[in-house]
Amino acid sequence: MQLISKNSLTNNMRKTANVNAALAVATCALLGTSAVVEADEGVWEMDAALLYYGETARVTAVEGVFSAKKDFGDEHVFSTKITADSLTGASASGAVAQPNAQTYTRPSGKGQYVVAAGEVPLDDTFHDTRVQLEAQWTQPLWNDMRGSTGVHLSKEYDYLSIAVNGSLAKDFNQKNTTVSAGLSLAYDTIDPEGGRPVAFSEMVIDEGQFANQDAYQAAFDATRQTDTDDKTTVELMFGVTQIINRRMLMQFNYGLSMSDGYHTDPFKVLSVVNDQGLTQSLVHEDRPTERTRHNFYWQTKYALDSGVADISYRYATDDWDINSHTIDSRFRFNLSDNTYIQPHFRYYQQSAAEFYQPFLIEGTTLPTFASADYRLGEMTAYTIGLKYGMTMPSGNEWAFRVEYYQQDPKNAGFDAPGALQQLDLYPSVKAVIAQVSYSF
Amino acid sequence: MLKKAQIILAFLISTLLVGCANLGVQPWERDLLAKEEMALDSEGIDLGLDDHIYFSKEATSGGRGFAGGGCGCN
Repeated sequence: MQLISKNSLTNNMRKTANVNAALAVATCALLGTSAVVEADEGVWEMDAALLYYGETARVTAVEGVFSAKKDFGDEHVFSTKITADSLTGASASGAVAQPNAQTYTRPSGKGQYVVAAGEVPLDDTFHDTRVQLEAQWTQPLWNDMRGSTGVHLSKEYDYLSIAVNGSLAKDFNQKNTTVSAGLSLAYDTIDPEGGRPVAFSEMVIDEGQFANQDAYQAAFDATRQTDTDDKTTVELMFGVTQIINRRMLMQFNYGLSMSDGYHTDPFKVLSVVNDQGLTQSLVHEDRPTERTRHNFYWQTKYALDSGVADISYRYATDDWDINSHTIDSRFRFNLSDNTYIQPHFRYYQQSAAEFYQPFLIEGTTLPTFASADYRLGEMTAYTIGLKYGMTMPSGNEWAFRVEYYQQDPKNAGFDAPGALQQLDLYPSVKAVIAQVSYSF
Repeated sequence: MLKKAQIILAFLISTLLVGCANLGVQPWERDLLAKEEMALDSEGIDLGLDDHIYFSKEATSGGRGFAGGGCGCN
């Protein structure tokens, strides 16, 4: 995966004593363009974390992160982050459950797997390892501006993403207001195991109908494109950070993202069912080659006497017709000078993409684009969690976090024929998240 | 009627401007805001990991920062 979480590389004020400079950091978080502490020179600030993410009977991920930041003086700051993760387990293929067992061909074309009657079809071959590197440089520029530029590299077995970014920020009103603008360019290439499926081609399943292995392979190869494909993404961000009063500050961001290229998930399929709801064939999905997204983000932080309230809301909309609302809140309570607990609650709701369909009906006209990926369907999700942090006498900090995440896909108005009415077509996904962090 | 609306509009705008001018604090009033936990991304590692999870499980990403390119996990 990869998000360019540049903000995570900035604004660690753990070792900061200068209050005014620290505040400048606090108010200039947007786009990674941070003010930093002039006097705090030459100290590497490091953070390490290990995260476990485990879904019930599905995907498990383990992710390690190490980040480091150093101020070289005069607000010239370098930060870097390396992330490594491993994903294993089963993910929903997009096919619908059936009253009988179903046999599927693995995406590579090598081997098959069987899904029991009534079970949600999961492709249990999901496996990936990823390494991600990020680096960011920030410094003052002319006319009281700050500039920041960075690179981002993410590599998986069958996926590569390279991105560069740049942003400018300027303070006004005695550093109570910060305005910023940024640009990011990303280039991704994909070369999936087994090749990219031809849009809407039928999954080839060896049920003894082929004369020999070569005949099967020829039929499989006819559904594949062997070359790589790519995607380019251009993003613009504009933001304002405003101190409201002695206890409160706010941030408003607008983000525009335009991507062009291969957006299809090569591992997802759709079931073609008859009027009895019985699967007749499976076809590979196809998504549009362009997507334009708009993000509106608001965050506020409020300082309590012994803690912090942090609430954000994001509205997103795109030309795939996916609209979403996200509310995220964290409430930190300082138990003592050195310890705190922090409950976390997040709620998310999205509408379905215009081309989302849980299945196709046999004999009807094939749509231009279609995907049965539940992540493009109507859905609500929530997260509840608790974090505990403690600062050691040395100033280093340990933190522990446990969260529960549940996704509840909804029926976006599709009538299920026959046998499908008795089956769970929109199963919930439940996951546990656990994390240990150390800052030094 | 139009003039009345204009006067009300001018009044509202001037009220807003006065309100904006009152936003913010003096340098010596920044004690609470300067606390580490008041930085907008004081938990950068957590936020980055969360973004990764939600990016791969939901159809929307970004907001605080750039969402970046795609990935095979999606």
